[in-house]
Amino acid sequence: MSPVFALLLARESRLLFRRPAELVNPLVFFAIVIALFPLAVGPESQLLQTLSPGLIWVAALLAVLLSLDGLFRSDFEDGSLEQWVVAPQPLPLLVLAKVLAHWLFSGLALVLLAPLLALMLGLPARCLPVLLLSLLLGTPVLSLLGAVGAALIVGLKRGGLLLPLLILPLYIPVLILGSGVLQAALQGLPATGHLLWLASLAVLAVTLLPFAIAAGLTISVGE
Amino acid sequence: MRRSGRDRCVEPMGSPIVTTPFLEIMALACERDWRLLFERLDLALAPGDMLQVVGPNGSGKTSLLRLLAGLMQPSAGEVRLQGRSLCGQRAELARNLLWIGHAAGIKGLLTAEENLAWLCALHRPAGREAIWQALAAVGLRGFEDVPCHTLSAGQQRRVALARLHLEAPPLWILDEPFTALDKQGVAQLERHLQDHCERGGMVVLTTHHSLAVKPATFRELDLERCAA
Repeated sequence: MSPVFALLLARESRLLFRRPAELVNPLVFFAIVIALFPLAVGPESQLLQTLSPGLIWVAALLAVLLSLDGLFRSDFEDGSLEQWVVAPQPLPLLVLAKVLAHWLFSGLALVLLAPLLALMLGLPARCLPVLLLSLLLGTPVLSLLGAVGAALIVGLKRGGLLLPLLILPLYIPVLILGSGVLQAALQGLPATGHLLWLASLAVLAVTLLPFAIAAGLTISVGE
Repeated sequence: MRRSGRDRCVEPMGSPIVTTPFLEIMALACERDWRLLFERLDLALAPGDMLQVVGPNGSGKTSLLRLLAGLMQPSAGEVRLQGRSLCGQRAELARNLLWIGHAAGIKGLLTAEENLAWLCALHRPAGREAIWQALAAVGLRGFEDVPCHTLSAGQQRRVALARLHLEAPPLWILDEPFTALDKQGVAQLERHLQDHCERGGMVVLTTHHSLAVKPATFRELDLERCAA
């Protein structure tokens, strides 16, 4: 692996650990959104169980999106992005390292927190491996797709709701596949097909989206 | 002094250029927010040259520097590197360029040493020893392990400028490098820039103060004369 990739991963991890609130906020958001549903819908376990695949995925998707809003902002404001663009290192590799660092600490934590919240919604324990696996494959896609939007709006003074508007429609395939896996598992049907689809989406996202993110950043920096 | 419509704004040459220009711009125009900042700008930069871009606020100094660094695309004209268009030569430019923008890429949460180590790694990794020496050279001995957000604006600028003591790409493009520096820092930087040019390097910078120490190849480009 390229040394600059490892160095950037270390640098980003260090930055994230010195500003832990940014890591914890999306997780707390995720937990609160899921905890709100039993309160709103009522503690009827059968209904919650039926709803749980959709609830978990919608909450995960919003939490990832929330955490991505500021992904490139501080780098843009302090001139780091300019340095990345003029550097001889390939920009797609740099953004891949940046998004990977972000996913390792926010996405992965979300994946690990999800089974606990799923049990709270009454999802049977036999579905948990499938839930973990589907989130493990799906959240990197969410992070990378969101990063494309974050790269495009980073130069705008008031990004606000633009990121969700741009990116949420692109999240639909992941949402359908992700909650589909869980529905299948819940009904005792084989989930491999859905999981393979999610895996192929993940592979596509990891190989292609860094180029899109890099192009978005180059445009934002060039404005 | 304003040029009439048709003739080109040619930047005055100090001495006839003997070497092939390293960086060249031809009939360059720049537009920001539907406002034409300058047009028909020609300029050549050969090894050893130092160019100070001057002009009133909003005349396009930073834009010109960003065009030269390849961060922005010109509205018309082209930037050439060693005689060939910049478009196909991004990698070649990147290897030869050290860019320090108005925001210098210093992270407040990282220490001076961590910041420099990363900025160097983007070009050519530097050892800890070299980084400490560079920090000492800009008067920051003892501040290596201090997070940059606790440093003053001038000290942060010095952290960024420590890169000039570390990496050796020939072309330095510096946007307002003297901002927030004290008198002694300004004098030291002027000497360092002069040394770099005398060793065959190139410097393009914007600043509002007139340099006290400058190499023989020093030139000034007044963008007000090239305003559209």
